[in-house]
Amino acid sequence: MLQTKLTTLQNKEELNNLIAQEEKVAVCCGRMGPMCIPVYGIFEVYEEKYPDIKFRNMDFDTPDADVIKLLPECRGFNGLPFTVYYRNGKVVKATTSIQSAKQIKDIIEEVFA
Amino acid sequence: MENNIHSHDLIIIGAGPAGLAAAIYTSRASLSTLVIDESMAGGQIKTTHQVANYPGFVDPIAGHELARNMRDQAARFGTQFELAAEITHLQLDGSEKIVTVDDTPYTTRNIIIATGSSPRLLNVPGEIEYKGSGVSYCATCDGEFFKDKDVTVIGGGNSAMEESLLLLQMVKSLTVIHQFDELQAEKITANKVLNNPKTKILWSHEPREFIKNNEKMLTLAENLKTKEIVKLESDGIFIFAGMVPNTGLVKNTPLQLSEYGYVVTNENMETNLNGVYAAGDVRVKKYRQITTAINDGTIAALNIIQKH
Repeated sequence: MLQTKLTTLQNKEELNNLIAQEEKVAVCCGRMGPMCIPVYGIFEVYEEKYPDIKFRNMDFDTPDADVIKLLPECRGFNGLPFTVYYRNGKVVKATTSIQSAKQIKDIIEEVFA
Repeated sequence: MENNIHSHDLIIIGAGPAGLAAAIYTSRASLSTLVIDESMAGGQIKTTHQVANYPGFVDPIAGHELARNMRDQAARFGTQFELAAEITHLQLDGSEKIVTVDDTPYTTRNIIIATGSSPRLLNVPGEIEYKGSGVSYCATCDGEFFKDKDVTVIGGGNSAMEESLLLLQMVKSLTVIHQFDELQAEKITANKVLNNPKTKILWSHEPREFIKNNEKMLTLAENLKTKEIVKLESDGIFIFAGMVPNTGLVKNTPLQLSEYGYVVTNENMETNLNGVYAAGDVRVKKYRQITTAINDGTIAALNIIQKH
């Protein structure tokens, strides 16, 4: 269970519905580990700063997390978390391992501008 | 009026244990306190799996939970936070200090630098490029991706050996690359790694480049005695090369740093600049623990409260 203030996606249907309904979505798929927790924390702060973006997380160990793990954009990733940015239902960016607030901000400005 | 909105009695840069301890004290003493951090609150404890030696908790507490408790405690006393924030300008000299965050200037007469320390990067080609796709800094997080595979570990200190022990439970083989002829880690941990039949060691070598070759990682390592470059192929590389102080922000200020880049303070946590304090892992000290960081933050806060 992910102990964060973010809304956790419970299954792939929730993710598919979200990216179908919302233009800008960012999903951090990980565990409660050292590389993941900072990204969740930054997402929590950015939820307030960027209200037009839907920030979510997803438990890496839930079977439905394959919807993230098996993305072609995540091929070769072997560092948690896998973070995926969707715009209009399509993957526009994916990152592996920890990212700083500045790196996430730069990605947001790049793909969601 | 605009200036009043952004003026505080104290600005703390860094939301780790030192900064949060100081914030709890100063906020509780009714000093308007702003804590700024480039990430979320908690410093290194937020990424610590479990904390077992912090007094007051009979059972180990998850690091992220302890971090959240500290932040919420400070917030309860009125501390304001600017988290995931980028400091674009910092003026430490003069009586009025200025910290500019995302183009918004904040002024104060007292600053505590509590920016902590971070894992040291090797700064060799391939390190950043392959982070998460061949290069890792966390065995707990990424070890399982290398189950029954060959991994390379860079480093010979306590972190490197503790993480190696974890990896040895999963991997087929583990090769340690270390710059010296002996490990710096505590003997009991180091011996467990050395005595494991899966372990190999390259003594007196330093990595010079990491290259991705299809699914494999190549490490080019220099023998520091013969200068010969050897190529080591593995499935993944784990780097544990010690810590460095987070003092990049103050590099171009008159703040006095040690030869290793740590902030120099006296026993009151005062730096060479009037009104500027340092606390926690970022300052020159012998022991870097959560408890000693809390100690530093408390002392800095009490000095500021007394002078206010």
